[in-house]
Amino acid sequence: MTLTTEADRAKHALTTMWTIRRFEEAVDDMFARGLMHGTMHLSIGQEAVPTGACMALSEGDYITSTHRGHGHCIAKGAKLDAMMAELLAKETGYCRGRGGSMHIADVATGNLGANGIVAGGVPIAAGAGLAVRMRGGSEVVVSFFGDGAVNEGAWHEGVNLAAIWDLPVVFVCENNRYGMSMSVDRAFNVDTLAERARGYGIPGVTVDGNDPQTVYDAVADAVRRARSGGGPSFVEALTYRWKGHSKSDKNLYRTREEIESWRERDPIAAFEAAVTGGGATAPALSESDVEECRALARDRVREAIRTANAAPDADAATLTDAVYAPAGEPIAGGTRA
Amino acid sequence: MAAPAASPVDTQAANTQTMTIGKALNNGLRAAMEADPKVLVMGEDVGKLGGVFRVTDGLQKDFGEHRVLDTPLAESGIVGTAIGLAVRGFRPVCEIQFEGFIFPAFDQISSQLAKLRYRTQGKLKAPVVIRVPFGGGIGAVEHHSESPESLFSHIPGLKVVSCSNPVDAYWMMRQAISSDDPVMVFEPKKLYHSSALKAPVDTTATPDPLHSSRVVRHGDAATIAAYGPSLPVALDAATAAQEEGRSLEVIDLRTLSPLDLGPVFESVRRTGRLVVVSEASSEVSLTSEVAARVQQECFYSLEAPVQRVTGFDTPYPPAKLEEHFLPDLDRVLYAVDNALEW
Ligand SMILES: Cc1ncc(C[n+]2csc(CCOP(=O)(O)OP(=O)(O)O)c2C)c(N)n1
Repeated sequence: MTLTTEADRAKHALTTMWTIRRFEEAVDDMFARGLMHGTMHLSIGQEAVPTGACMALSEGDYITSTHRGHGHCIAKGAKLDAMMAELLAKETGYCRGRGGSMHIADVATGNLGANGIVAGGVPIAAGAGLAVRMRGGSEVVVSFFGDGAVNEGAWHEGVNLAAIWDLPVVFVCENNRYGMSMSVDRAFNVDTLAERARGYGIPGVTVDGNDPQTVYDAVADAVRRARSGGGPSFVEALTYRWKGHSKSDKNLYRTREEIESWRERDPIAAFEAAVTGGGATAPALSESDVEECRALARDRVREAIRTANAAPDADAATLTDAVYAPAGEPIAGGTRA
Repeated sequence: MAAPAASPVDTQAANTQTMTIGKALNNGLRAAMEADPKVLVMGEDVGKLGGVFRVTDGLQKDFGEHRVLDTPLAESGIVGTAIGLAVRGFRPVCEIQFEGFIFPAFDQISSQLAKLRYRTQGKLKAPVVIRVPFGGGIGAVEHHSESPESLFSHIPGLKVVSCSNPVDAYWMMRQAISSDDPVMVFEPKKLYHSSALKAPVDTTATPDPLHSSRVVRHGDAATIAAYGPSLPVALDAATAAQEEGRSLEVIDLRTLSPLDLGPVFESVRRTGRLVVVSEASSEVSLTSEVAARVQQECFYSLEAPVQRVTGFDTPYPPAKLEEHFLPDLDRVLYAVDNALEW
């Protein structure tokens, strides 16, 4: 499947990337204006990875996500208003406003949760993969994480378990070159993070993470393998975060030139050029199609903000809800009544 | 012309600067590194960035990358390598970026660091300091606002302290680094840069012992015991109560393990009433421990059950609701009233 020649796919990919970008810009703005609280990590510049990866998934497939997870959530099909409501700590948010930016889970679309703990989702993805296998299903789990996660113990344990048990998991690393201020050049002694895959006996590839097509191809390949019982794979997608790590980052650890050079490789602009016929292929989209995608993304985000703002605030009176399962004694040896 | 000899007053002035808690911790680290080349700082983003709260600001620039080590994301590795360094004569100070990220290191802390001395009957010692920014009130969320200090205070072999003001911040850092035991320093992150708490720190003074609590305000109607981020609300409550003619004694616990409850017992024997304040959840916590020991030691002096004002027994709530979760003036005063009107 090519995203750049099939109009429907091209529109979907472009609209998804624009939606992620507009969503992140809106969040950035609301934080700056003090309308949103907590912590947030923006994925502007990285839109192609979740877009390409999630297009390789089918309904019923799962993802685990990260602190920088808005893009994964959107690409997997989340409702923008419920996401926005979650970030605004509204009762209508995905987690009643309790989870916030870093902990959105959307069971309906197979999103098993963002995670404030770096690498926290990796063994969980392996577990979800094991559950698929034990239930005789054919679903696949994509676990998103950043380069920084690849040095956490939990990452190694999760990947190894998936490998030795041949689990249907695709590990997708968004290598944006930094874990907060720590550059991959200092944090790793391997040339590509994909080399790590070999140590676990699973396939690993490094691809251009700013091109949704390339990401799609690599992840689709891995998904096919996983679905047919071939076990897990590792896809390293090279990309870059344009914004600071979180709201208070002064970018002391990277140069203006470096940031500029990556902004010039804007995944969205490049994709627009490709789909409107920059190359030899027949253009999949016209200029007006592109305009339509942009407008759709903008309108969706605006609508989400409107809806979320109108929703009731998370209620302090229910602060102690849901710490435990609802009352009802477990019955020994079985499920609860 | 020869410079006039410095008078004692001048010398003291030269050694005394007014600073925030964050700066005092930074100065404490700096002084320890100057005094002993074996003192190292390690952690995530502690070098060039100076830590997310800037507590290690400037240290890498001044002491070099070999003494201030930026590590990858690997909390277990950070604490584990610190133990290895410590058993070979170094004095590493690890920064855990936020308290919520300490748990990958829990195994190294609990299974190795805390037990090394006992297990080897002193043949190995691990003078590691673990700095942990903790507590809420900064508009953050789960993992970034929690209070897990009770978990660590529960582990024999570890020492745990918490500072509430710049003077203690400076000296606790220095004393923790000099200690031959592993010490966890829980730093109240919401107070790091509080200008209201700025205070003069005399670096030539003789500090209180590291593991001692301290009466910070005298009173006789009731006692409030608190530590770290809860000190300001305890003191505010005492001020508010004073306006109503009730004088409250406030004790800064300072050391969480071992607890130094002597001053608390002494106080409760006079006041007969105790309120313990902490942001941590109440179940099976430091506040339960204080309550249990006070009822054991001061049973016949108590005029009311020990009151506790704590975070709820829930995970940390979203930023927008955290004010409900955290002990505030109203809740502390309500507990004081309860104790007084029992
Ligand atoms: C276990 C753990 N340690 C530290 C942190 C603090 N922290 C949050 S994100 C981050 C950097 C993560 O880098 P990476 O995995 O590359 O993802 P990116 O932020 O680049 O998307 C750090 C240090 C955390 N959330 N969890």
